Amino acid sequence: MSAQTELEILSPGAFASIQDGGRHGFRRIGVPWAGALDRRLMRIANALAGNAEDAPVIECFDGGLHVAASGGAVKIAVAGDAVVEVDGTDGRRQLAPWRSVTLADGEQLRIRKMGGGRIAMVAVAGLALPAVMGSASTYVRAGLGGVDGRALAAGTRLALADADPWGSDRVLTQPPEADASPIRLVAGPQDDHFDAAALEALVRGDYRVTAEADRMGIRLEGAQLAHAGAAEIVSDATVPGSIQVPGAGQPIVLLADAQTAGGYPKIATVITADLGRLAALRPGSTLRFARVTAAEGARIARAAEAETRALIAAIRPLPADGIDLVALYTGNLVDGVVHALGTDYRPLH
Amino acid sequence: MSYRILDAGDAALTIEFGSVIDPALLAAVNALDAAILRLQQAGALPGVIETMPTFRSLTVFFDPLATDRDTVLAALQPLIAAAEHGAPADGRHWRLPVCYEGEAAPDLAEVAQTLGIGEDEVVALHSGTEYLVYMLGFLPGFPFMGDLPERLRLPRRAQPRVRVPAGSVAIATGLTAIYPWESPGGWHLLGRCPVPLFDARRAAPSLLAAGDRVRFAPVSAEQCRAIEAGLRNGELDPMQWLEAAPTPAENAA
Repeated sequence: MSAQTELEILSPGAFASIQDGGRHGFRRIGVPWAGALDRRLMRIANALAGNAEDAPVIECFDGGLHVAASGGAVKIAVAGDAVVEVDGTDGRRQLAPWRSVTLADGEQLRIRKMGGGRIAMVAVAGLALPAVMGSASTYVRAGLGGVDGRALAAGTRLALADADPWGSDRVLTQPPEADASPIRLVAGPQDDHFDAAALEALVRGDYRVTAEADRMGIRLEGAQLAHAGAAEIVSDATVPGSIQVPGAGQPIVLLADAQTAGGYPKIATVITADLGRLAALRPGSTLRFARVTAAEGARIARAAEAETRALIAAIRPLPADGIDLVALYTGNLVDGVVHALGTDYRPLH
Repeated sequence: MSYRILDAGDAALTIEFGSVIDPALLAAVNALDAAILRLQQAGALPGVIETMPTFRSLTVFFDPLATDRDTVLAALQPLIAAAEHGAPADGRHWRLPVCYEGEAAPDLAEVAQTLGIGEDEVVALHSGTEYLVYMLGFLPGFPFMGDLPERLRLPRRAQPRVRVPAGSVAIATGLTAIYPWESPGGWHLLGRCPVPLFDARRAAPSLLAAGDRVRFAPVSAEQCRAIEAGLRNGELDPMQWLEAAPTPAENAA
C-alpha cells in the first residue's frame, strides 16, 4: 500500500492558478479562453517535467509559491526567470530554474522571487485535473476549471497520477533571453474611431504598467489617445490583445481572462507572439509599442513558434551523477549550461 | 447591406455589417455564423478556431500557424455575400420567472420616479414585451436582449455598482439583461431571475442562445425562493421555462 502522491500548496505566493492551453469554442456564450498567459513558458515547463506540452501547469505571479511533495516523490519543473529554493532532506539549497528536479516525500520547493518578469510556470509530472468544458484552466470569474474554479490556496492538495519521478531530470540548456524590444501591435479594429494622431501617439512614447494588471488585462498610463467621436461603440467581440480605450483616453490591453465583448473602441491589437512578454511586465515598468501589419504579425508568430520548438528540442537529460559534459559539448551548448545551472548547481539525489 | 473587414490582430478578423443595434444586422451575423459552423463541421475551414457573433459583427478566430488571413477571407467571401440577405432564424421561445419585489428590485422605485410612471407600470412594460437575445457575453451566459419599450429607456447609472448580485434583471439604454454572475455593473436593477443562465455541467452550458426570444413572468418573492430551492434540489429543470423551439427543418429552410 502506498499513499496517494500529492503536491501540497504551502503558499500560493502573490497569485497562482492552474492553467493549460485554454478553453476554446465558447466565446460565443461569453466564456474567454483563459489558459496560460505565456504559452511558451508553459510548454517548456511541461517538456521539462515530461508532460504533454498543453498539460495543466501552475502559473504563478510575482514569486512566493511554496509547495511540498507528500505521500511520495514528485518531479517538478520551473520555467521562468525565478529564484528557486529547495528544502531537502539534506538542507536548503538554491536551484537554477529551467530544469526539473525530483522532490522526495516531504521535500519542499519555493519560488523565492522573480529575477525578471513576474510569471513563472511550474509543471508537475502526472498533474491531471478534470477538464471543465474541455480545459482544466482556472477561470475564477465563473468558477470554472482548476481546483473548484478557484485560484490556488494554502492547503490545496493536487493529486498526481502515477509517474516515475525518479527518471532522469531535464534541463533547458539555453533559456530564452529577456526581450525588452517594443510590443508589436496591429492597428484596428476601431482605429477609425480615434483622432488621426492617436495611433501615432500610441507607438511613439513610453507607457507605464499600472497596478491594475492581472489575468484579465493591463491598464496602462501614458500619452492620451483622443477619440474622434463617442468613446463608446455598440459592443463587439474582444480578442486577447485587444487595446481598448475608455473615455479617459488611457489604453487597457485585454488578456486571457478578459470579457469576450466590450463597448469601448479598440484602437489596436497586440500580436499573439508578444502577449506572454506583455503579461509578464511588472506594475511600474514601462514599455513601447511598435506597429506591424496583420501579415507581419503572422510571420512573427511562425518565427516565434520555430524558436519555441528549437528551445524545447534543446532540452537535455540531466544525469543524476552530474553534468554529461560530452553531450553538452557535442551540442555546443556550454554557455547555455553555465547560465542555466549557475554555480549553485548540485544534484539533489 | 454593406460590410467591412476589420483586422483584430494576427489571429482574428471581424466582419462588420453595421454599427448599430438592429435585428436585420443580427440576421446577417447569425446567418454567416451558421454558414461558417457548417463549413467548419465539414472540415472545410482548417485553422479556424471559433467565431464570436455580436449585435452587428462576427469575429473569426484562427490559428496563424495553421492558416492565414487571406486564406480564411477567401473561404468566407461567398458566405458573407449570402449572409447579407440572411433571413432571421427562428430561435427558441422562453418565459422566465422574475421577481420584481423588495430586495430583488433595488432600483425599481428610482426608475419609476425618473420615468414619471408607477412601479406597476414599469413591471407591466418590462414583463409585457418579448425580447430578442442579440448576443451573449461579456460574461459567461450574459444575454444582451432588446428592444426595451421606448418608455423604459434610460442611460446607465451615473455611479456603477461595485457588486451586482447574480440573477439580477437589469435595464439600460434600449436593452435588458440578466447577470448570471456577481459582477460590477452600471445597469438599473429591476428584479431577480431565479433560473441559472449558465451551468458548466450542462451539455449546452448557456441556457440562452443568440436569436432566442425571451418574455418575463412576474413571480412573488416567495415563489422566487421556491423556484430557487426546486432548482437546487433537482425537482425543477431549467428547460421547463422553454415554451417553444423551432424544429431543425424550420431553421434549415
